[in-house]
Amino acid sequence: MQHIEQSSLVSRSAKWGLLLLTALFVLLPFWITVLGGFKTLGELRVAPLALPRTWDTTAYMDILLSPTTWRMMMNSLIITGFTVSIVLITASMLAFTFSHMKFAGRNYIYSYVILGMMFPGATAILPLFIKVRDLGLLDTYAGVILPQVAFGLAMSVLLFRTFFEQLPKDLFEAALVDGCSYGRFFWTIVMPLSQPILATVGVFILVQSWNNYIFPLIMLNDRAVYPWPLGLMEFRGQYGAEWNRILAYITVTIMPAVAFFLYAQKYIVAGLTGGAVKG
Amino acid sequence: MGRLRDWLYVQNTGGRLTTLLLFLPPALMIFTLFAILPIAESGLYSFYNWNGFVPLADGGRWVGLRNYEQILGHSVFHQAVWNTARIVIISMLIQLPLAMVLAMLIASKSAVNNVFRLIFFLPFILADVVAGLIWRFIYDGNYGLVAAITHLFGLEPFYPLADQSWAFNAILVVVVWKYFGYHMMIYIAGLQSVSDDLIEAAKLDGATPIQIALRIKLPLIWPAIRLSIFFSVIGALQFFEMAVPLVQSGGPGGSAHTIVTYLYEYGIVRSRVGFGSAVGVILFLVCVVFAFTYQRYVMASHK
Repeated sequence: MQHIEQSSLVSRSAKWGLLLLTALFVLLPFWITVLGGFKTLGELRVAPLALPRTWDTTAYMDILLSPTTWRMMMNSLIITGFTVSIVLITASMLAFTFSHMKFAGRNYIYSYVILGMMFPGATAILPLFIKVRDLGLLDTYAGVILPQVAFGLAMSVLLFRTFFEQLPKDLFEAALVDGCSYGRFFWTIVMPLSQPILATVGVFILVQSWNNYIFPLIMLNDRAVYPWPLGLMEFRGQYGAEWNRILAYITVTIMPAVAFFLYAQKYIVAGLTGGAVKG
Repeated sequence: MGRLRDWLYVQNTGGRLTTLLLFLPPALMIFTLFAILPIAESGLYSFYNWNGFVPLADGGRWVGLRNYEQILGHSVFHQAVWNTARIVIISMLIQLPLAMVLAMLIASKSAVNNVFRLIFFLPFILADVVAGLIWRFIYDGNYGLVAAITHLFGLEPFYPLADQSWAFNAILVVVVWKYFGYHMMIYIAGLQSVSDDLIEAAKLDGATPIQIALRIKLPLIWPAIRLSIFFSVIGALQFFEMAVPLVQSGGPGGSAHTIVTYLYEYGIVRSRVGFGSAVGVILFLVCVVFAFTYQRYVMASHK
């Protein structure tokens, strides 16, 4: 009996040891970053881990009061807002034709769209740049939004189609018998029932678009349209080794994501992994 | 005319044709124009020597397979492919097992477990550039955590990211830091579909927790495991954004290049559209071949 208790004590302390150690590994960089913004450079150099001796808010205030910061957040909001809306509308419409309508070449078109899941945007980045340039869309929001939509569609169509196919078939047949058109059926019956999948796909695209760096990097040269990841790297280049300012800037820019995560954690975890597991 | 009208009338029952005409084109056009066409054009451009500033017909020089020959014979590209493979290897050996152990420890629902889940998932919601920049500070030999450690032991300042044999290992740590929580969440979702009755029955039969984990849980969540392996390979193949703030131009001596940073450095930065496109085509082929074989032989197999 005592033997069992001992071994369970060992395994329990191993469990807690591993959990706490991993939590420390995850949280330490956050701790250093958030506190670093309150420190002076000299203090940062000798004590990156300790609490700041005096809580110096200059770096934070400079960033929060700078119109550049807010303009970049606004740019990101616009780019992400359009990307998410366009993906939700166009992908759900396309998926509906796959799940509820019969037409020649349906399976071929579906496979064609799913092909988009197999290669990342980076593979085609040079011709994409040339295309966006030739369309006159460099330095515009659309030049970032359209490629982001194009590379978000495949996964979204797959998720929507899977969901739509699980809707009860009777609903559709009854509606058609009653003379309801496909279009009306989609907008008034399918869409209201699809809130869970709209949230899943929406979160998935939102996080991707908000955090995206490579498309804006290639397409945008004009600081007036920079989203926040470009602004962050620009700030880093500008302030070089003034790490206290840079750490403060990081803290400010990750706040929206962290706040959104804590507020909507269920949807976020479902959107980022549930989609994966169901798909 | 009459017949055509009749035919259209039948075909358009319930607004069928109208709906197809409105629902199909928007997504298909954006997808074709901004995803499929560019990759097809990569194929064309890859046979040229071209800077992209003048039209291809005027400024492009046909070089046949020269770009591909150069890439495949370039030692920096070999290093980039090897580093990409290292991300996959570390993922299989460290990241996924760690994620699995943690998932099993905190899969049951409780307040404490929920807090741990939130903490472990937190880095995943950060942008890759942010994760890279935070660790750029930690690895700074003059300011960061590494500086504090060398200072504590009275050692010489050490810059892991500037050291040829350390730079990429340092990047791998950041990869694990940012992504293990994501894989853990995939496993937790898989574990929650394992029925409690089964576990209870095994316990009654005298199975130890480790036996239950290895013989029952692990085989049952194989679908989640093969999915997370798929994502870590695809992630490794497109690895780029995190590296940007950590190392410049592929790090010391190009020792920290991955396939996409190589594409960026030798295609985009140097305005060599043909060369960069050829790298893109190679990457595309690797992705598609991997995705097809994986789908066919791993995802499609039952259990």
